[in-house]
Amino acid sequence: MKLLELFKRRGSADEARERLQLLLAYERKNRDQPDLVAALREEIMAVIAKHVAVDEDKVKIAMDRGERVSTLEIDIEVPNGGLKKEKKAA
Amino acid sequence: MGKVIVVTSGKGGVGKTTSTASLGAALAQTGKNVVLIDFDVGLRNLDLVMGAERRVVFDLVNVAQENAKLSQALIRDKRINSLFLLPASQTRDKDALTEEGVGRVIAALREKFDYVICDSPAGIERGAQLAMRFADEAVIVTNPEVSSVRDSDRIIGLLDAKTVKAEKGETINKHILVTRYDAARAARGEMLSIEDVLEILSTPLLGIIPENQGVLRASNVGSPVTLHEPTNVAAKAYVEAARRLLGEKLPVALPTVEKKGFLDRILGRKAA
Repeated sequence: MKLLELFKRRGSADEARERLQLLLAYERKNRDQPDLVAALREEIMAVIAKHVAVDEDKVKIAMDRGERVSTLEIDIEVPNGGLKKEKKAA
Repeated sequence: MGKVIVVTSGKGGVGKTTSTASLGAALAQTGKNVVLIDFDVGLRNLDLVMGAERRVVFDLVNVAQENAKLSQALIRDKRINSLFLLPASQTRDKDALTEEGVGRVIAALREKFDYVICDSPAGIERGAQLAMRFADEAVIVTNPEVSSVRDSDRIIGLLDAKTVKAEKGETINKHILVTRYDAARAARGEMLSIEDVLEILSTPLLGIIPENQGVLRASNVGSPVTLHEPTNVAAKAYVEAARRLLGEKLPVALPTVEKKGFLDRILGRKAA
């Protein structure tokens, strides 16, 4: 059986099919839904900005979609002493 | 009442215009009254592929805006009596077409023709959505290649959501037309197979057009390949696809690897 499969082994087309199947399964599910990553980014940033002064460019967001679970990685560079001081009434 | 068919793909350069011209000509040759509409406003090309570029006076935008009559804008094909073209305009104004205007034009054409074939622009924006808006059926032109299949999937989603038929809860008939199929590469497993494409898109097959130099030769001279080289393998594949559109139950044969002659091998020529 293994030997047979070896002869039948196809080139890059198999990989193309597998990548497409995985991608389209995700895209079909999320079609017409708001961009999750963008929404999360905005809200998380708003929460952090309340307490810390963060440079928008220092925020890295990465998404890795797996078949069952996906990971959302948010990397925020917080400057030392970036803590916002309580505003005093002038 | 004629049938409205949109030829669409999402991705550009897969062969929508070529397929519109060839399917349209093949349908008209069976005696049907056929009109081809170019929806690619700003980048019209169907006129060029059909060899009618010097005969364009009025266009789809003029008719939709009621600045010209349909009869003034329609161009009759010089080779087939029952084949007409409604060219796109070259205006840069993206909003030149309204849904209402297009609806009026298509309703009028439905009265006069058996088949109204809409050549969609690439993309999923307004132009592409207007081209599919009033369709009864769709031909989705797909190359056996990852980006084209992904975009076809996207277009299928739009067809099922944004057409008048879909909004009324009816189903729009969809067909996959695989173009630029290279039998040799498929045999080597370097290209998505037809089964892969159909399984991924879960849509029935209308035909397989093999990659063939005759298609380019025909567009060079402004003729659908079905008229220019009727015996060509791609031309035959288009004729068969047109017959399936008419409802014939023809089996789809997988294109085979064309054998090169001895002389061709020596001279390094490619098979026709």
